[in-house]
Amino acid sequence: MSLEAKLAVDRFAVDEESAHIRLADTSDVPRETLELLVRGCPAGLYRLNDDGSLDFDYAGCFECGTCYVLAHGTALAAWHFPRGEMGIEYRRG
Amino acid sequence: MAEDAFDAIIVGAGPAGSTAATVLARAGLDVVLIDRGVSAGSKNLSGGRLYTHALGKVFPDFVDQAPLERLITKERISLLTQESASTVEFASGKLGGHSASYSVLRAPFDQWLADQAEAAGASVITGIRVDDLLLRDGRVAGVVAGEEEMSAKIVLLADGAISLLARRAGLIGEPDPHHYAVGAKEVIQLGEEVISQRFGLAAGEGCAWVFDGDCTDGHIGGGFLYTNRDTVSLGIVTTIGDLGYSDVRVPEMVERLKRHPVVAPLIAGGTLVEYGGHLALEGGFDAVPQLVHEGALLLGDAAGLGLNTGYTIRGMDLAIESGRIAAETVIAAHGRNDFSAASLAEYADRLAESFVLTDLAFYRRFPKFLEDTRGMFTDYPKLAEDAMLSLFSVDGSKPEPITRSLRNAARPIGFGRLVRDLWRGLGAINGRASVAGALGGAAFRVRGTANRKGGTR
Repeated sequence: MSLEAKLAVDRFAVDEESAHIRLADTSDVPRETLELLVRGCPAGLYRLNDDGSLDFDYAGCFECGTCYVLAHGTALAAWHFPRGEMGIEYRRG
Repeated sequence: MAEDAFDAIIVGAGPAGSTAATVLARAGLDVVLIDRGVSAGSKNLSGGRLYTHALGKVFPDFVDQAPLERLITKERISLLTQESASTVEFASGKLGGHSASYSVLRAPFDQWLADQAEAAGASVITGIRVDDLLLRDGRVAGVVAGEEEMSAKIVLLADGAISLLARRAGLIGEPDPHHYAVGAKEVIQLGEEVISQRFGLAAGEGCAWVFDGDCTDGHIGGGFLYTNRDTVSLGIVTTIGDLGYSDVRVPEMVERLKRHPVVAPLIAGGTLVEYGGHLALEGGFDAVPQLVHEGALLLGDAAGLGLNTGYTIRGMDLAIESGRIAAETVIAAHGRNDFSAASLAEYADRLAESFVLTDLAFYRRFPKFLEDTRGMFTDYPKLAEDAMLSLFSVDGSKPEPITRSLRNAARPIGFGRLVRDLWRGLGAINGRASVAGALGGAAFRVRGTANRKGGTR
């Protein structure tokens, strides 16, 4: 079962108006840090491109904070929880 | 100064926040519990086992009332290699009574807890994200949510492992990746009967299972499986500071556990009903931040109260106890109308006397032991496999003495290292370091505020 299919089982209210996590300019961030983001995100939302640039999609985020711990202030320009009622809604937890 | 809107504002409707809200409301304090989720518990996720000793102190009838999944009567610990599982199992009706633990699912459980707070008279507000703490004259004076400011005599921060509010206000420092683990978990629907049959369980009884080794590909951490009533919670936890060890990604670790030959048949035919992720605390005693501030206390995960000994993994019972003690501290402070750190210092003192910090201090050296002992996740599962194979393999060749089999299995690790790791490991879970010494040494941190009477941060 693909990660995309797993996320499709979950309930999210995606905040189309504002991204709660924003990438910084990562050109000076060590590649190792970017790789850790790709490796650590349980929802697999970080992708490292062949040219070394980093992609991130906040839809599907569990708001767990792993990327905050790894890269707050380096690869991430902003990290907050989504606005009230937005984001993941666990029905089991 | 304007009249405070509330006696207490509690941020976060998890076990710590809802317990504190309940105890405060029962004492007649005007308290509001705020959670950013669409409902209480909708942002919360854990592996799924609650030790209930602390819950019973506040909610004596929880067994009949709370949405508990199964009473855990079967414990399993497995060392995994790719093909093998060396498992210790303990099944007993004695796993109950005062020490009972239950599998729980946090969305329904946390909702029930918040309902108890509301029934006791607390205002429960969901769907509101608190953005910042309201700071006034160097003390926490309330919270800021969007355009709105709400003031209170005290703010209880039960906002989870990151405690972004405490960080944004500068109450605690930057997070250390070695103090946090990332967890990923699936909830798989199998049906009540199927689970009871596959795990050999009586109705209402459950199994808690932890795994070490192959599932995390040697990363510090492990897997878990808890049987719920008609689902199983299955996942992995791995230390964030150890993600560099190999290139296996966290979601793939969950798949490794699911396809392990000892797990796969047990979940065959199941349907995924939820996939989620959350932080877990791994730093133990030394990662506990300053808990008492001018006009604010830290509770539960926000207070770093998590404990992983390898065979017991705890957070919710520590959170509930911290919620109760925080509330009782606030009630006393309310009587004095003094919410300074000096007046609130009793919170840290009482936590230090309670099982909460005593247990964390007892296992103080365990996180360091795991960080220093990669073999726990690589060589030792292999040692167990080799030893078991030599015990149980019958192929017509000449039997060899068990001592020689074990010696051969241990040879790749080296006898000296084996003894050293064993000694250190036993020490780390045996509380050889003085608990009193650990607590005394930490006094500057948890009690220091008491000496700054009326001071500001």
